[in-house]
Amino acid sequence: MRADGRAPSVVVLDYGTGNVHSAVKALEAAGADVELTGDRARAMEADGLVVPGVGAFAAVMGALEAVRGGEVIGRRLAGGRPVLGICVGMQVLFEEGVERGQRTRGLGEWPGEVRLLEAPVVPHIGWNTVEAPEDSVLFEGVRDERFYFVHSYAAQDWTLEASGRRAAPRLTWAEHGSRFLAAVENGPLSATQFHPEKSGHAGIRLLGNWVRGL
Amino acid sequence: MTLAVRVIPCLDVAGGRVVKGVNFQNLRDAGDPVELARRYFEQGADEVTFLDVTATVDERATTYEVVRATAEQVFIPLTVGGGVRSTEDVARLLGSGADKVGVNSAAIARPALVDEIADRFGAQVLVLSLDVKRSPRAASGFVVTTHGGRRETDLDAIAWAREAIERGAGELLVNSIDADGTRSGFDLELVAAVRAASSVPVVASGGAGAVEHFAPAVRAGADAVLAASVFHNGEMTIGEVKRSLAAAGVTTR
Repeated sequence: MRADGRAPSVVVLDYGTGNVHSAVKALEAAGADVELTGDRARAMEADGLVVPGVGAFAAVMGALEAVRGGEVIGRRLAGGRPVLGICVGMQVLFEEGVERGQRTRGLGEWPGEVRLLEAPVVPHIGWNTVEAPEDSVLFEGVRDERFYFVHSYAAQDWTLEASGRRAAPRLTWAEHGSRFLAAVENGPLSATQFHPEKSGHAGIRLLGNWVRGL
Repeated sequence: MTLAVRVIPCLDVAGGRVVKGVNFQNLRDAGDPVELARRYFEQGADEVTFLDVTATVDERATTYEVVRATAEQVFIPLTVGGGVRSTEDVARLLGSGADKVGVNSAAIARPALVDEIADRFGAQVLVLSLDVKRSPRAASGFVVTTHGGRRETDLDAIAWAREAIERGAGELLVNSIDADGTRSGFDLELVAAVRAASSVPVVASGGAGAVEHFAPAVRAGADAVLAASVFHNGEMTIGEVKRSLAAAGVTTR
């Protein structure tokens, strides 16, 4: 709840990707006033913007570009307005995605590529543990919980360092075969590779941690 | 590996109702799939599977409503299978709130359906269901059946699993027709044979009759274990299965 007593407004960006109903309802359960829309003005105005994403990197990028989602995200970030990417909505924040030999440009908010997990069993489907940093806001109270992942690709390197007065990005790692980024908190831009809206009570708590900061 | 083994209850749904006997205490409506899914969520289920056993198109429309209502109230993954014949069926289920979609006989009739679904939605949404029977006719000793196990196909189950993964299946739900209903445990040889052939997660199904039956399926190679009647008739809870797994050294949530 904000100082004026109003619940923070959140737009879940509706651009035709996968299951968004759970994200809407989970964010409501986490205390937000949620609207599902692809309208750019609404997406700009909201206290927080959630960018979901399910499917192939290239397909998600294509759908996102069709509603000029990258521009909305970029403008929000330029103004310090919070954005949360989920699953492929996290992956497209990186420079590039490599799927089945196909390279697709991402939004490039963060450097690096998203590539296939190297593990005996892929996709990585199920509830896994994470290593969240001590100062993580997202994982406050839930750092020892498990979260639900369903993906074959992930960002596996982080090359962006803190510089000058900027706070260092808070990185949360998980492991499936090799280490990959489970979540990033970088100023107004946050993202999770797992699905908080599918991660039971722990996921609602995590979303609540994000909503409270709006 | 720190990934937890998933315990998954499966509900047969038709016309918006649960069609197999449910015997829970204190349920407002034991035939309501949403209510039951919520109950299993509270018990610690890691995922819920709906099998749509609907016979008519009219009834099918109610399934989408059930999926939507469940996804809005139960914050764990939801898999829906049964009668999925096209990418449009998949789009509609995902749009209604399903996270994964199970495909069975339509993929047997037309294997390219697997490629089409994986290309459009990604492999991670596609669960290939196999109803498997032991048969000397197949090289592996396991043959794929249709019509709930009543009709044998010419497909070797292990060869079909390999082909489906090649085409883009992201998970295999392996149901033993021989073990189903026996309550004498999962077909461990089947689980092991599929595991050996599979690079994607394997869900073991069919035969669970006691909490002690689940850990051997995991040791045989299952990434997840699925059961229906033992949960619905109140014989055991999800929590009891998880405690039994944990006691056997299996990582659970």
